Amino acid sequence: MAERIVIDPITRIEGHLRVEIEVNNGVITDAYSSGTMVRGIETILKGRDPRDAWAFVGRVCGVCTSTHSLTSVRTVENALGISVPANAELIRNLMANALYIQDHVVHFYVLHALDWVDVVSALKADPKEAASIAQSISPWPKSSVGYFTDIQKRFKNFVESGQLGIFANGYWGHSAYKLPPAINLIAVAHYLEALEWQKEIVKVHTIFGGKNPHPNYLVGGVPCSINIEEANAVNAERLAMVGKLFEDAKTFVDQVYIPDLLAIASFYKSDWGAIGGGLSNYMSFGDFPTNGYNNPESFKMPRGVILNRDLSKIHEIKADDPEQIQEYVNNSWYEYSKGDKTGLHPWEGETKFNYTGPKPPYEHLDFTQKYSWVKTPRWKGYPMEVGPLSRMLVGYASGREDYKEVIESTLRALDVPVAALFSTLGRTAARGLETKLTCDWALGFYQQLLDNIKNGDTSTMNNSKWEPESWPKSAKGIGMVEAPRGALSHFIVIEDKKIANYQLVVPTTWNASPRDPAGKRSAYEESLIGTPVADPKVPLEVIRTIHSFDPCLACAVHVYDENGSHIHELKTY
Amino acid sequence: MENKQPSFYEEVKKDGISRKDFLKFCATTAALLGLESSSIGQIVKALETKPRLPVIWFHFQECTCCSESFIRASHPIVANIVLDKISLDYQETLMAASGAQAEDAYKAVMAKFPGEYIVMVEGSIPTENEAYCCIGGRSAKQILEEAVANCKAVVAWGNCASAGCVQAASPNPTGAKPVHKVISGKPVINVQGCPPIADVMAGVVVHLLTFDRIPQLDELSRPKAFYSRRVHDTCYRRANFDAGLFVESFDDEGAKRGYCLYKMGCKGPVTYNSCGIIKWNDGISYPIQSGHPCIGCSEAGFWDNGPFYQHLPSIEGFGIETTADKIGLGLGVATVVGVAAHAVVTNVRKHREITNAPETTEVETPKDK
Repeated sequence: MAERIVIDPITRIEGHLRVEIEVNNGVITDAYSSGTMVRGIETILKGRDPRDAWAFVGRVCGVCTSTHSLTSVRTVENALGISVPANAELIRNLMANALYIQDHVVHFYVLHALDWVDVVSALKADPKEAASIAQSISPWPKSSVGYFTDIQKRFKNFVESGQLGIFANGYWGHSAYKLPPAINLIAVAHYLEALEWQKEIVKVHTIFGGKNPHPNYLVGGVPCSINIEEANAVNAERLAMVGKLFEDAKTFVDQVYIPDLLAIASFYKSDWGAIGGGLSNYMSFGDFPTNGYNNPESFKMPRGVILNRDLSKIHEIKADDPEQIQEYVNNSWYEYSKGDKTGLHPWEGETKFNYTGPKPPYEHLDFTQKYSWVKTPRWKGYPMEVGPLSRMLVGYASGREDYKEVIESTLRALDVPVAALFSTLGRTAARGLETKLTCDWALGFYQQLLDNIKNGDTSTMNNSKWEPESWPKSAKGIGMVEAPRGALSHFIVIEDKKIANYQLVVPTTWNASPRDPAGKRSAYEESLIGTPVADPKVPLEVIRTIHSFDPCLACAVHVYDENGSHIHELKTY
Repeated sequence: MENKQPSFYEEVKKDGISRKDFLKFCATTAALLGLESSSIGQIVKALETKPRLPVIWFHFQECTCCSESFIRASHPIVANIVLDKISLDYQETLMAASGAQAEDAYKAVMAKFPGEYIVMVEGSIPTENEAYCCIGGRSAKQILEEAVANCKAVVAWGNCASAGCVQAASPNPTGAKPVHKVISGKPVINVQGCPPIADVMAGVVVHLLTFDRIPQLDELSRPKAFYSRRVHDTCYRRANFDAGLFVESFDDEGAKRGYCLYKMGCKGPVTYNSCGIIKWNDGISYPIQSGHPCIGCSEAGFWDNGPFYQHLPSIEGFGIETTADKIGLGLGVATVVGVAAHAVVTNVRKHREITNAPETTEVETPKDK
């Protein structure tokens, strides 16, 4: 007999996600994914200055902060025919690289690790053994017996205090945890190190964009100016800091993230290398241009689609083709003027709320009807997985040497076949390998920026189309970015210098969406089918797979005159 | 499990933090809060003896930038200890448990520590239809009202919880409202910004921990320690403004020399925040320093005060000899072409606060060109 289990909230993600599963004899037989929050940002953008859009859509997400802003300036530039200076492209690449590194490291340690690492088991570890293992897998200097003894003591005291804070009610002791205590202890130590380290690499955003989260972007270039003879601009000191931040990042990724990933994967590969594969279609828009954004063949990260896990063929993406990318609202709380079974290309897209679900508080959603604030996008009618696994597969299938090298050496190290990539663990590993590639690319972009400046090119802005007087009466544009979580696209229609329509088709929309009108599941729902669940009341296996996608729900949902009396000061409260 | 509630100092001592480092932390904290050195002793004593505060941190209509900013707090001791040691019992971005186990965590705090816990809120609350934000099948409003009933105080993180932020921008399709418009009867501290500066967030938490009271607030309930100065008044480019040196277009010669961004639409003259003082991400920079005008993200309704790059009228006939305050205030008013009227009033009031000027201060309004 089927048992229906609700997991809401799914934590350690961005935003509000609800998953309901059906379990039969210890195995998931059906799954439903629902985004439960909406803000209507697309509606808010109508009538505004297109040059301001980056700031609005930037606030779609503060975790993958900057990625929507980058997409937005590309979208407006595409509509108005603006090419940005080479330095602006390099600075944008560096900012996006910094985001990838920070976001992926934080995901692995802070958002995902507790699905694999048993914090309480770490208390039983022998610090000598932990030190010996750590030293055998990495030259990272924080690996002494004393170091691990202190970390263990710190956690022991924490647990004994009775105030467990963010670790309260975790799934400690669950049978699905497989790591020996010493590896758990190493991972706990690196959890703390990653939390402290992540705030460093984002300084790349602060230097070029003034702040993080939500750094500043600019249509036509980047807001910062380069002047190596001036204190108030990007000069040698600022550039040196950027260089050091990326070098330190590479060290952390090579010496901490990758060795931990391989160590943890080696204990889970036999089962989780075959669970959670889900869909068999993968899509990447590609990114990190080396010769202008309009030349996708120059991208460090190639563009394309893989169908049915056939790695011998890459299908071409044309985002402006009205038949390729379409969004459906058959099972989403919106309505379309031409009927909800219609698929609309985002240029024709509509965002009109139509909540038909139960009035809160509610126990269950009705899955025979609309059940999510996430729309359902399709590529030529196919559901697509997007994200690091898709990107690594597209890079691998495209024959890129750097991709082949990291993928094949990892498969050899773990002694697993290529098919192991199509899994929960494969998704998690792909994210780490991509971070490694990103560190190398960033150092290359950094060197190019230095070379340009040395050769006298300091331009960071193309002002030719800044003034709205220079714009056509109407224009349409598309901006595509590979966000850390996957293929991201914005679509704009400009009429009379104002935004007439703005639509976002974001990574988590592809992955977390409800079923399409044909009843086909999207990536989250499909990936859960067949997953064994030891105890349905304790959803560890479910969040393991869901977290492997790195959900970002605020992205996915489409996004004073004070009368009240305020208490100005209270001596005690 | 028995609840012994160790003090902050007991916690850090167990973590291997030396007394010397602990005292250094207290001194840094005092400096961060702008306190006299005589207050250091008070901080030391408070952190030595206070039990950890239970905290429930909710996410409603938001983007998680406030959580992300919070974990960027710059001193390691703040990131590693204050963040964990406040006993952050419910925080969806960081907590291990999901689903029912997660909900049990905050319910346990409410049951165990009535009147003692702090509710921190990231995000606005939809009022057009409560189903626009649901967690565990309950609406944001239902969850918030229940949790606030027995809390000690509420911290509203960022512009969403303080003023509604981007989702409350016209036409506010979901009826998004800030915390203080949804609940009543509890003190609400609005820690403004999109997001607030990491060290400001840490500073507010330390203030609550240390002094067992909420900080002094301005009339928009923002802590005065961090929101009583205009970005314009603390901007390192202010001298260029006073000298009439402006960026006329992005990346022009003026931009390459760090001239004032006023003509590019800078909202520094009507924005109260610590960007020019504390700066961002360990004091590295802030928007103006990196070449972009301030967009005013710590002010209510800033999304509808644009467009962001609106060219402001050229101001003729002032130079370094004119007093900076006069020009600053006058221009503040000029900036408000298209800005809500209450901002003007706020400027005049703030002018008096800063200068201790009498109520009758006259405000110059330059001609609109």
